[in-house]
Amino acid sequence: MTNRSLVSINDLSTDELVQVLDLAERFEQNPAQRVLDGKIVATLFFEPSTRTRLSFESAVNRLGGRVIGFSEASSSSVSKGESLKDTILTVANYSDLIVMRHPIEGSARWAAEVSPVPIVNAGDGANQHPTQTMLDLYSIRKTQGTLNNQKIVMVGDLKYGRTVHSLLLAMSRFNASFVFISPKELQMPVEFKLFLQEKGLKYEEHTELAENIKDADIVYMTRVQRERFSDPMEYERVKNAYVLRRHMLEGTKANMRVLHPLPRVNEIHVDVDDSPKAYYFQQAKNGVYARMAIMTTILGLTDKVK
Amino acid sequence: MKDDKKHLSVSAIQNGTVIDHIPAQNLFKVISILGLDNISNQITFGSNFGSAKMGKKAIVKIADKYFERDEINRIAIVAPNAKLNIIKDYEVVEKMVVEVPDSIKGIVRCMNPKCITNVEGIDTRFDVVDKADVTLKCCYCEKITDSDHMDFV
Ligand SMILES: [Zn+2]
Repeated sequence: MTNRSLVSINDLSTDELVQVLDLAERFEQNPAQRVLDGKIVATLFFEPSTRTRLSFESAVNRLGGRVIGFSEASSSSVSKGESLKDTILTVANYSDLIVMRHPIEGSARWAAEVSPVPIVNAGDGANQHPTQTMLDLYSIRKTQGTLNNQKIVMVGDLKYGRTVHSLLLAMSRFNASFVFISPKELQMPVEFKLFLQEKGLKYEEHTELAENIKDADIVYMTRVQRERFSDPMEYERVKNAYVLRRHMLEGTKANMRVLHPLPRVNEIHVDVDDSPKAYYFQQAKNGVYARMAIMTTILGLTDKVK
Repeated sequence: MKDDKKHLSVSAIQNGTVIDHIPAQNLFKVISILGLDNISNQITFGSNFGSAKMGKKAIVKIADKYFERDEINRIAIVAPNAKLNIIKDYEVVEKMVVEVPDSIKGIVRCMNPKCITNVEGIDTRFDVVDKADVTLKCCYCEKITDSDHMDFV
């Protein structure tokens, strides 16, 4: 993976993926390691995403590297009409690695093609967000002890949710089974169901939440957004049907954990937060370790990790 | 007999290439992909001939022109069953069929309006994920462009 860009989770072989998770584990055990000493990481956020940017910048800082960049396009030369290629070629002169988030789909692949330094995709529109998937995998492995044979329940917007699509593709390598719980309008797209069928992996589809999480290992919650509905009445009908509440956790498996990519709005009631099964804030913390591992691997500095 | 009559409707050439079994609705796409609208060779074509196998078909005859394999495979996305006859001195000296390539550069636009190729006007690149139906996956946005939604650069 050294000097290679990370655009899509599919760019990584299963071995490489597991190696990154192992490295992230070492960083969790010993986070203060100045592996990136003397390195400069550029964080180019062409659209704002405070959480993701802070997570990356925290990771670079923990590793003793330096950060340059911008947090929205309006404060950069992009607002003056500069092409993505020109921005990347310029910033590549100032940095050893570029982390970018961009609203246009495919922008990260294009940047990786033109850039002389590696690119880490921190989200390109509705397309890919591989470091989110890495931290989800890390969280699953950490809480379940393994990535193999997990029953993953995905809840909410499964139609447009890039996070659940990438997670599905990644977990399909580890013999997962899936339960999709969503309103009719936001069901998992057919292409992903066909993909699972071809791989011989099991999935179920439901519209009801509480009764379908009892044998889950992971419940992965996502936001159901009003603007996704063609019929606003339909949104009003379903908006409260996909809210996870504390009492629904009764009778679920002891090892079950609730994940959410954050930010949450109301789809996980705050009464869940104190449950030992709530894992979404630790999940966000794991994001820092996962990103430390990804950047260290790409810059070929794994030998320096204690 | 019927076949002979049809052949008469597009005149014979002495030297060059005959491309047959083009779906009639894609004739002009073939012409454009091969750049035949920008060359000075003599070109004759006929369209809407009946074909038992494929409905209406079209034929193009290009005088004094021979194609490279890579060049001709570019039309596979619009005419996957096209057959070529290489003509020398009124005789067919070689027959070729097109092969759908594994990947395609340019030619087709990505149907995703939010794709970087459409926004910044860069050259498209696709992997062919289904050769029979000619289904393309954009190497940038990773979305599918199928033959029903194909728009040409
Ligand atoms: Zn595209």
